[in-house]
Amino acid sequence: MTTADVVIVGGGPAGLSAAIAIRRLGVADVVVLEREREAGGVPRHTGHVGYGMRDLHRLMTGPRYAQALRTQAERAGARIATSTTATDWAGPTQLQIATAQGISTIAARAIVLATGVRERPRAARLVPGDRVAGVFTTGALQQLTHQYHQTPGKVAVIVGAEHVSFSAVLTLRHAGCRVAAMVTPLPRHQTYSPIRLATATRYRVPVVTGADIAEIHGRSRVEAVTLTDGTRIECDTVVFTGDWIPDHELARRGAIVIDHNHRGPVVDGASRTDRAGVFAVGNLVHPAETADVCAIGGRHAATSVRQFLSDGSWPTTPLRVIPEAPILWISPAILHPGTALARDRFVLRVSEFLHSRTIAVTQGEHVLWHGNVVGALVPNRSISIAADWVDTVDPAGADIVVRLND
Amino acid sequence: MADDGDSAADVYDVYDAAVIGAGVVGTAVARLLSHHRLSVALIDAEADVGAGTSKANTAILHTGFDATPGSLESRLVARGYELLSAYGPSVGIAIEHTGAVLVAWDDEQAMSLPKLAARAAANGYGSTEIIDAATVYHLEPHLGPGATAGMVVPDEHIIDPWAAPLAYAREAIANGVTWLPNHRVTKLEVAADTTLLTTSPGEGLRARFIVNAAGLYSDAINELFGLDSFTVRPRRGELIVFDKLARPLLNRTILPVPTAHTKGVLVAPTVFGNIMLGPTAEDIDDKTATGSTRHGLDDLLAKGRRIVPALLTEEVTAVYAGLRAATQHSDYQIEHHRDLRYVCLGGIRSTGLTASMALAEEALARLVECGLEADSKDADQLRSIRVTNLGEAFERPYQMGGSGPIVCHCERVTHDEIHDACTNLPPATTLDGVRRRTRALAGRCQGFYCSAEVCAIAAAVGDRTMAEWLGVS
Ligand SMILES: Cc1cc2nc3c(=O)[nH]c(=O)nc-3n(C[C@H](O)[C@H](O)[C@H](O)COP(=O)(O)OP(=O)(O)OC[C@H]3O[C@@H](n4cnc5c(N)ncnc54)[C@H](O)[C@@H]3O)c2cc1C
Ligand SMILES: Cc1cc2nc3c(=O)[nH]c(=O)nc-3n(C[C@H](O)[C@H](O)[C@H](O)COP(=O)(O)OP(=O)(O)OC[C@H]3O[C@@H](n4cnc5c(N)ncnc54)[C@H](O)[C@@H]3O)c2cc1C
Repeated sequence: MTTADVVIVGGGPAGLSAAIAIRRLGVADVVVLEREREAGGVPRHTGHVGYGMRDLHRLMTGPRYAQALRTQAERAGARIATSTTATDWAGPTQLQIATAQGISTIAARAIVLATGVRERPRAARLVPGDRVAGVFTTGALQQLTHQYHQTPGKVAVIVGAEHVSFSAVLTLRHAGCRVAAMVTPLPRHQTYSPIRLATATRYRVPVVTGADIAEIHGRSRVEAVTLTDGTRIECDTVVFTGDWIPDHELARRGAIVIDHNHRGPVVDGASRTDRAGVFAVGNLVHPAETADVCAIGGRHAATSVRQFLSDGSWPTTPLRVIPEAPILWISPAILHPGTALARDRFVLRVSEFLHSRTIAVTQGEHVLWHGNVVGALVPNRSISIAADWVDTVDPAGADIVVRLND
Repeated sequence: MADDGDSAADVYDVYDAAVIGAGVVGTAVARLLSHHRLSVALIDAEADVGAGTSKANTAILHTGFDATPGSLESRLVARGYELLSAYGPSVGIAIEHTGAVLVAWDDEQAMSLPKLAARAAANGYGSTEIIDAATVYHLEPHLGPGATAGMVVPDEHIIDPWAAPLAYAREAIANGVTWLPNHRVTKLEVAADTTLLTTSPGEGLRARFIVNAAGLYSDAINELFGLDSFTVRPRRGELIVFDKLARPLLNRTILPVPTAHTKGVLVAPTVFGNIMLGPTAEDIDDKTATGSTRHGLDDLLAKGRRIVPALLTEEVTAVYAGLRAATQHSDYQIEHHRDLRYVCLGGIRSTGLTASMALAEEALARLVECGLEADSKDADQLRSIRVTNLGEAFERPYQMGGSGPIVCHCERVTHDEIHDACTNLPPATTLDGVRRRTRALAGRCQGFYCSAEVCAIAAAVGDRTMAEWLGVS
């Protein structure tokens, strides 16, 4: 059995940023477990520019951003164990790990889970038809095109119309594949208007709204799709985008309390789960934000990790923060008064397009915070609200409710 | 160029026996024949073994408790269970001893349990036990409300379904069987000593004896011999596989009370550590309609919600459909024709995986009746083989170490396992083939993380490009 002060599971932007910050706070032995051959997480495969704005204050491509974080982590003195998978728990803060040598155990004083998210693939969305070639997620597509220079097909249909879906358009065009349509059951696309506009004019990609994919046709290769409105679109490629699900396997195997709204672990403002010594950061706890937001979240957790290592204290009487429909989830979803939040904000998501709403945060009769939403509320896109009210909650009071008002 | 029938024979390879169809049945037959001093060809229209119905089933090692007493199926399932239970562990095929409980959901069903127990006994299986509702919930606390009674079938186990045809084929090839993938038999001409098999694309071979193990097309092969004793009408069965995180919801397989038409929708653990819900039973006309359907999936979800409600809160990992080779008769359609030197193993509907090794024994016995002389090889002439254990209840390569890093993280498949799948006989030639041999790409992310790398490892082995492996070239 090996040991460390802190073990971080997952070497993506959140995990690496946590490792860097924890080392910089003077913790001696910080180990990052990364199951891939190289740390860096999802950005390693995203060829386009769009990373690093809020955390490293410059805009770069995914691979460069991943490289920058790796270099910082090495300089900070974090140990990065690649090709190393955390497979299960061996104790409250002990993990079972698998490497090419087989199974072993690592014991730590604190564990940080930063295992990220994945896109729901076709099967998870129960799209019927034969199991044919030519069906991808954006994640798979980007590795094939950017890393291995493969061309997925000639004509694609993209399922989804959120940010990552437009990223898939870029990838497909880069690989020489035309996009016949993007399809979303929602009434509009969910990315920023300039991105949509650029896609519309540059690549002439129509967005079919109010319809979902109903079936995939073809016996060995995709030949067409039908939509729920009956439209048939001929294509040889289908890309399922977004519809994120946290990679919560380890969290669930450890019986850590899961947020049923987004299926990641429940954490407080200091990234603490319900298990003493176990923290969770990154997209695992808010599926899914941009990499810089994940990185800042990882960094933010460092202070509480450091504090836990020095005093061993772990608050156990949280106040719950409960989102009311049409709010889908809010993160963090529990509070311990006196803890600051990453970026001093909560992030939340809604299930439908809404205009000119106000958000009210109440505890019993008491209105803790009340504010206008700037612009429209868009599904699959985060809205953040101020957290400056957290010091005014009644620690012995009722659950906190977050709701939208007209 | 030959100008008469006799010398034409020279251009074709001549085998003692040809097995048409390399599903779980045909491969089992080829394996048994390979233990004899015979030259044997194993022929399939597809590029891989087990690519027909054998790739899509519920993977139960059936005791045969609910078979029709006195039927061929009853006898061969019981015998097959015994043979496969012994063979499986000896070559690495995962078999997990879970047992099953058959659940009655109303009083009428509860009242039919004693009859089912009696039927089991008539099938030679005496270990069933009827239990009350409280005991049912004690055994399976996650069952939905409404169970009225149950019957425990302690030996109804689960198996890695695809490892069986792979192991049989590997052993057959190791012992000299010629494996001919991508050969569809289109014509049969029976001559004095041999039968000429014409295969697409424009090839042929001769064999003295022929075994029909063509599954859904066993009737078509029969017709090529001029026989019409049965017609296969496919019965589609759709299945939903749930995430491994759902596995703790069940201790054993949950069976419904069977009807004459179908064994019904069950909820079963898999040896890979998932939970499976299915199959539906829908008679269709198209032997190629292996796609899942909206109505099929909706039907399964409705049933699943009743049987194990919590299952529906878990993620779905995979969806697929298989076609049972049902015929107008309820029993297996096994025939032998001495004049044609021909044995037909047709209509092997919903228990063929379990019965496979017994079907092989049956085929051999009937070949002998048709005049085949089958001398056993000496034990020291037989080569044994192994397949990689993919069962979670046993040690897997990533746990043992020494086979490279994990590449497929969801299913924890190592680099060397993927490489071996593309090199060991019979090698995988498609990603589906790699998936069946290793489980790479069969997990919850369905390739979000590793499809590119799996493909690259496969492409590095032979001369096929990544695009060819992906099926998008
Ligand atoms: C197609 C696409 C385009 C995107 N474009 C942008 C963009 O332009 N700008 C932007 O800011 N963001 C973008 N993002 C989002 C960005 O990639 C994510 O926000 C970021 O990667 C999340 O960081 P993370 O550390 O939480 O998780 P991840 O990056 O997912 O990292 C998780 C890491 O954990 C490892 N891991 C998981 N489980 C285990 C285990 N059990 N043991 C060991 N290791 C494990 C994984 O291998 C992985 O390396 C994009 C995402 C996608 C999919
Ligand atoms: C939904 C479902 C659930 C099931 N569950 C179970 C279970 O739990 N337990 C159990 O024991 N059994 C189960 N079964 C039954 C079992 O899967 C089948 O009985 C078994 O797979 C049949 O094997 P086979 O070799 O006869 O057919 P196949 O696997 O279909 O093999 C026939 C082969 O013949 C080839 N072929 C056909 N025509 C030609 C030709 N002209 N030339 C060359 N090759 C040809 C095909 O390509 C195919 O590979 C299930 C079946 C289904 C559909």
